[in-house]
Amino acid sequence: MTSPEPAGTAAADPRTGAWLHGVVRDVEPGTLATTASLEGDPVRAVRAAGLTAVVSTVPLSAYGEEALRRNLEDLAWLERAARAHHAVVDALSRAGAVVPARLATVHHGDEGVARVLVERHDELAATLDRLDGREEWGVKGYAVPGAVPRAAAPAGGGGAGAAYLRRRRAQLTAREEGQRIAAEAAAAVHEALAGYAVAARRHAPQDRRLSGAATAMVVNGAYLVDRPRLKGFSALVDALADRHPEIRLELTGPWPPYSFVAEPTTEAAHAVREPA
Amino acid sequence: MSVQPSVVQNSGQVLPAGHEPANLGDILERVLDRGIVIAGDIRVSLLDIELLTLKLRLVIASVDTARQIGIDWWEHDPWLSSRARPPVEPGPRDPEQVEAERRPRIARRAASREAWDDLA
Repeated sequence: MTSPEPAGTAAADPRTGAWLHGVVRDVEPGTLATTASLEGDPVRAVRAAGLTAVVSTVPLSAYGEEALRRNLEDLAWLERAARAHHAVVDALSRAGAVVPARLATVHHGDEGVARVLVERHDELAATLDRLDGREEWGVKGYAVPGAVPRAAAPAGGGGAGAAYLRRRRAQLTAREEGQRIAAEAAAAVHEALAGYAVAARRHAPQDRRLSGAATAMVVNGAYLVDRPRLKGFSALVDALADRHPEIRLELTGPWPPYSFVAEPTTEAAHAVREPA
Repeated sequence: MSVQPSVVQNSGQVLPAGHEPANLGDILERVLDRGIVIAGDIRVSLLDIELLTLKLRLVIASVDTARQIGIDWWEHDPWLSSRARPPVEPGPRDPEQVEAERRPRIARRAASREAWDDLA
């Protein structure tokens, strides 16, 4: 049933495995040839049941169970793997619908990958149908402590330094109130965006140590948008940013649909709206 | 204060040359926490991944962003020192923003060390 690409013979080597990047309907040979695998050579296709898995051939010396666990603890290794995996998924998503695989999905050989395509065919095919012509956009919102409440901003002389200190003090006393207002704005922004998008997820805000931002993230949303409606989505983000100066919005994308392939039940707490 | 959203394009093809690649934190969040879960032959348990994610959240700010605001301590941290990064040209700074960043940077650094000690 499987028909690996000509370059795929390497996967028969017991010393190598197949790292799954994602599942697509089909993939052009040109896309395979120009997309670098984790090891730098081109990625390969494993075909079964009318679906195509795109994989990297990886040495088990580095990607076997023990080695992989050790390597994932190495942040430089992890960053390289994450960026390379993402680059493959991203390249696939620009060519058509893709179901991205979670990082570090490794099989001993192509047979295992093909078996997944057969066993989970219906679910994978339905997901691909749902994702066709759509892309994921991320909207993150950060609290803007100085922006609220505006009425509390004091006036007075004393030069720029004193004015700065007064403003700073007012910001600190207004912090709790500001957080409440930012949370309300975040909910309103997410609701508006979810109403426009095909599907939406509200993920846990990134820790400030991960986001690197100076203020707290109050919304971390993912939105599945029909490509023809993208301009409208972007305009809506602009409008919401104008309407809610108490949070700073950041739009990122397009992303492959990472947030819209998992079973909704696994993230029920954050799920907002399922596609019809 | 400007509230216009900034658009970060992730697809390298449409970017002007020299644009920062997608934020590492955003990528890790997606490839570690999302995407379809398929049981491979090589089992790296979800618990391990969660622990890893937790460590990341505690230990490191997004590398891209951290560099921009001058956090470079990981380059001296044995756990993270296997790679050096090129210096980044600082952009024009808003004094209020610098002030806002300075305090959490120090607190973050202290908290990260403590949290890491707890996990280690």
